[in-house]
Amino acid sequence: MARAPEPLSFAAQLERLEAIVRQLEGQDLDLDHALKLFEEGVERLREARDRLTAAEVKVKQVLTDQAGNLKVEDLDR
Amino acid sequence: MGQGLDLFAAVSAEGAWTVTELARRARAVVEAGLVPLWVRGEISGFKAWQSGHWYFALRDRSAQVRCVMFQKENRRLPTPPADGMQVFAFARPTVWEEKGEFRLTVLDLLSTAAGGLWQVAFERAKAALVKDGLLDPARKRPLPPYPRRIAVVTSPDGAALRDIIAVATRRWPLAELLVIPTRVQGDGAEAEICGALALLTRVARLDVAIIGRGGGSREDLWTFNHERVARAVAAVPVPVISAVGHETDVTLCDLVADFRAATPSAAAEAATPDVLEVQGALDHLGVRLARGLAARSGRVAERLDRSFDRLAGLMARRLERHRHELATLAGQLDALSPLRILERGYALARDADGRVLKRVAQFPPGLVFRLRVTDGTVAARAAEV
Repeated sequence: MARAPEPLSFAAQLERLEAIVRQLEGQDLDLDHALKLFEEGVERLREARDRLTAAEVKVKQVLTDQAGNLKVEDLDR
Repeated sequence: MGQGLDLFAAVSAEGAWTVTELARRARAVVEAGLVPLWVRGEISGFKAWQSGHWYFALRDRSAQVRCVMFQKENRRLPTPPADGMQVFAFARPTVWEEKGEFRLTVLDLLSTAAGGLWQVAFERAKAALVKDGLLDPARKRPLPPYPRRIAVVTSPDGAALRDIIAVATRRWPLAELLVIPTRVQGDGAEAEICGALALLTRVARLDVAIIGRGGGSREDLWTFNHERVARAVAAVPVPVISAVGHETDVTLCDLVADFRAATPSAAAEAATPDVLEVQGALDHLGVRLARGLAARSGRVAERLDRSFDRLAGLMARRLERHRHELATLAGQLDALSPLRILERGYALARDADGRVLKRVAQFPPGLVFRLRVTDGTVAARAAEV
């Protein structure tokens, strides 16, 4: 079974958004294409803002068990 | 048997001492007469044995004395001394009975060079790292601008960890801090740190790592000056931020890391962007997005205007032509109108039901019918024949 693709990282999302803006500011673009880019840009912008608002710092600790496997646990603070 | 120089107390039958007795007595005399003391001299013939004990001689222009420094004492020192090095040794004079040799059991050793053995050790390890190119500025990797997974290699109950968590929480809500707990000082701490750093290669999707601890004495911070710790830092697959001690403490770990922060808090700041600044940048991108589209559609609107003018002209010409056609058509229709025919003197006969009467047979004698002429209708009756 194929695994769900990794969601786009914030960095990748921002990069895409910057590329869209640069393209839109460039010269040769028909209106149809420009509108599509604009819509995608607005969507990316919304997603990025939502991400920042919804996120909360997670703190975990990484340990190894006796067999040497990695264990990730919440850190008691 | 007393400790005094009773030279004839333990003689054999022949009146001579055994070697063992002599050696033991000499040792007793030396240890009783010379309490532990500081000696100054130059290191010569240094050798570290497999057992961990160090053997060497201390000498000056005219004399030398054999020395041993056992592993339980020398483990506290950052590095072995080198031949030719001027040192102060705190030592207990004794006689090694098996070899009948006068020697010093060294308890502590200080180099007279600036910074002592610590500085010597530092420079020695640094030179090895330089030789392997590990301090090359070109090796430094840039820190990721928007990290998600941040590994933190430090003591689980130090102030450093608390500071890092506090700063990351304030600045960057997308952060996921993965703490790799390790001891940072004391015997064997460097091996634990190397183990923790090695774990980092097994953590998926790691963006950046912080290694560090709060302030402490030179001995406490020394763990981060071990060559093997520095090499373990250099082997981490993601950029490493090092923050060991305070601003003034620079360790080999700091020098090898991709970024040196003055304190653990500063390391967390270097690792994360400020969410308010990122939001500001997003706002700016939003403005540029809107302006970009507006500029684009402005140009398109101009083109549309021109197109509309052309279209309107075309429509007007078409309408003009149609108007002519309509007029002609209307004329033709007009000519065909039955009223026009009546005008020319014809009449139309209809019965009471409005049916048009076209043939003689439709006019029985006495039939009352209506006759439509050009300006009205008259009543009529078919005459008797």
